[in-house]
Amino acid sequence: MIHEYEVVIVGSGGAGLYAALEASRKADTAVLSKLYPVRSHTGAAQGGISAALGNVEEDSTEWHAFDTVKGGDYLVDQDAAIILAEEAVQVVYDLENRGLPFNRTAEGKIDQRRFGGHTRNFGEAPVRRACYAADRTGHTILQTLFQQCIKNEVSFYDEFQVVDVIIENKKCGGVITVEISTGQLHIFKAKAVLFATGGFGRMFKITSNAYANTGDGPAVLARRGIPLEDMEFFQFHPTGIRGMGILISEAVRGEGGILRNSEGKRFMEEYAPTLLDLAPRDMVSRAIITEVMAGRGISGNKMIDDYVHLDATGLGKEVLKSKLPDITEFCKTYLGLDPSQSPIPVQPTAHYGMGGIPTDIHGRVIIDSKNTVCEGLYAAGECACVSIHGANRLGTNSLLDLVVFGRRAGIHISSYVKGSDFTDIQENADEHAREWITGISEKGKKGEAGRIGEDMKVIMMEKVGIYRNEKAMTEAVDKIIALREEYHTLRIGDTNKIFNTELLELIELKNLLDLSLITAESARNRKESRGAHSRKDFPERNDDEWLKHTMAFLKGDRVEIDYKPVDISRWEPKPRIY
Amino acid sequence: MKITLKIYRYNPEKDDSPSYQEYGVDVEPKERILDALMRVKQYQDGTLTFRKSCAHGVCGSDAMRINGKESLACKTLVQSVAESDGDTVIIEPLRNFPVQRDLVIDQTIFYKKYKSVKPYLINDEPVSEKERIQTQEERMFFDDTTNCILCSACYSACPVLVETSDFLGPAAVVQAFRFLGDSRDKGFEERLPVLEKPDGVWPCENHFECTRQCPRSIKITRRINQTKDMIKKYLENRMDE
Repeated sequence: MIHEYEVVIVGSGGAGLYAALEASRKADTAVLSKLYPVRSHTGAAQGGISAALGNVEEDSTEWHAFDTVKGGDYLVDQDAAIILAEEAVQVVYDLENRGLPFNRTAEGKIDQRRFGGHTRNFGEAPVRRACYAADRTGHTILQTLFQQCIKNEVSFYDEFQVVDVIIENKKCGGVITVEISTGQLHIFKAKAVLFATGGFGRMFKITSNAYANTGDGPAVLARRGIPLEDMEFFQFHPTGIRGMGILISEAVRGEGGILRNSEGKRFMEEYAPTLLDLAPRDMVSRAIITEVMAGRGISGNKMIDDYVHLDATGLGKEVLKSKLPDITEFCKTYLGLDPSQSPIPVQPTAHYGMGGIPTDIHGRVIIDSKNTVCEGLYAAGECACVSIHGANRLGTNSLLDLVVFGRRAGIHISSYVKGSDFTDIQENADEHAREWITGISEKGKKGEAGRIGEDMKVIMMEKVGIYRNEKAMTEAVDKIIALREEYHTLRIGDTNKIFNTELLELIELKNLLDLSLITAESARNRKESRGAHSRKDFPERNDDEWLKHTMAFLKGDRVEIDYKPVDISRWEPKPRIY
Repeated sequence: MKITLKIYRYNPEKDDSPSYQEYGVDVEPKERILDALMRVKQYQDGTLTFRKSCAHGVCGSDAMRINGKESLACKTLVQSVAESDGDTVIIEPLRNFPVQRDLVIDQTIFYKKYKSVKPYLINDEPVSEKERIQTQEERMFFDDTTNCILCSACYSACPVLVETSDFLGPAAVVQAFRFLGDSRDKGFEERLPVLEKPDGVWPCENHFECTRQCPRSIKITRRINQTKDMIKKYLENRMDE
């Protein structure tokens, strides 16, 4: 079946929905999503969205932009960070005006709280910059944007899985999808396509990410020759529930929670004397692993799966109830403990990909180191790399990224499509997708998809995790290549058309394997330590050689690396001390 | 421990009628029922079909009936539904919906009713301040209703819907209250026709099943009764005028 829309948006999280609201005002727009829109992982974001409103204490957009640049270990494109911080104020008010139920100050304004790496006056002390709705800020953003899409009668295609993209002569002409409820292939012709497919944390064993976070957009584009930027930078959030990876918001520390080792010591005093527990996430995660490896984890076994305590007993029941109710409930449900009485056992959990599909500040996809644009192709949100997060994202800047750059992409698209035409697409545009699906659907050797997926997650966790070295990453690359070979022998057992989730999971596995390879190769290639990329064999940041973005091209079993300059027009890179 | 999952199976391409299939699966007591389902799907039977996503109770994908009780599979620990080795856990799709396949239900009617209450802020007045001012008390008045993840557990649990399928249902009323109770909203009269019709809020008989089964701890029955009161008060005032 062939559909035709001026604008097709793939993904219905914060970025996709905001873009849809903007684009649909002027252009015929459809949103495709593999989930029902309200299931998207934006809804799991907890602690807040930053904007220098100054509602509870003095703040400035310049401080916010600087914190973002420094937090990203100077790999952030500074022009983009300034846009992020400046437009933050406007989008937060816009969300409130559209109905978002923010917590309030005593004067009835949007309340704000502290978060990691956000400071006043260029690093002096933590500042209250995170606007929040209890500890379900992402949920309320997703709900508010979905509500507005209902009001504005945006067209949705729910439970459509993207499997391919049509790009000819550096111009995008549409996407190929599988309708999950029927198994049918659908071609969506479009003048502009926006990918807003979210993250890919499911490549790691311990993750805060949803099952759906399989990097479908970046993988589909990588297989069509689009480079992926800075994929070596993957954020491990310091506080996931031990063993499960479920996120315990940084807001717990923002409200006064303290990390403690087996001796009960507040160990962040040793690593970040000024910001302490509110240092950026990469530093806190490394500190936890360092404590664990020194035998000061709670079990003391020096193993990677040991853990530390997040002590929220000093916050009081009232703060937990009004500002952190979901966290309190997660502790009760999954750990059987009351955080007002007992410390929470936590370990770092794979959380956020700083890298992704390279874009400019309008969300247009960049296809080489010279910033050449692929016409009609856009990306926004976690799947994209503007880059505003550089080598390490600050907490609350992800929700902000979604709405600021989702909105910018939507606005740019709506004017772009008025001056452009549909591309003539080949009748057999879906042939590649059809062959792939037919191949894995043919009855044959019963596969071991579960085992291959599990192997991939363990390899990535152990060898391309928080601390890295050449030998481990080389092993990872070799093993991921072998798993990709094995993938080609997989056949599904389920030959039905209706709601064939086994087929979907195989499609998702392919995407994760491809992105794992790109991530491992990009990481092996970067011979320095910066932000979330920490090498034992190259422990220092090296601006002379490595102050540049990685552009990784997937070429069969190989990954070719090129580079792109970083915009450092505002602040000179300096050592990163907190 | 080893438990048996007795799972409702229905494949419209092959089956004339639904049946139950049993799977033995090794689990830890503190694992989620979703973990057990994933183990069956990945290692025993790839045709077993269910929705899932966040795996920690916030996205609403995996609402189903576990031992007859509406639950999120990712928020239900094995130990809460199986005490010892060899226990059987019965897993079925939500009620009051057509089944698409196995545990997957068609939520079309649910979303249609949800959308009918105009679940978005209605207020066309220009905003004079940067944000609309709202006191902490006003904000907390509707707080629990902002928890709703549209999982449909309440819709399945509602005994009234079994008999009266046109009833608006608990979630849609909660979503209406979410805005009726918001000091910034001006949409009461716009929503009134849907809420006050015979199939609107009135069929609720206070069984409290929705409240008991809500995985997000929303006081649903209370919110329905408050909505009824708001409408009654409005209609009384209109008659007085």
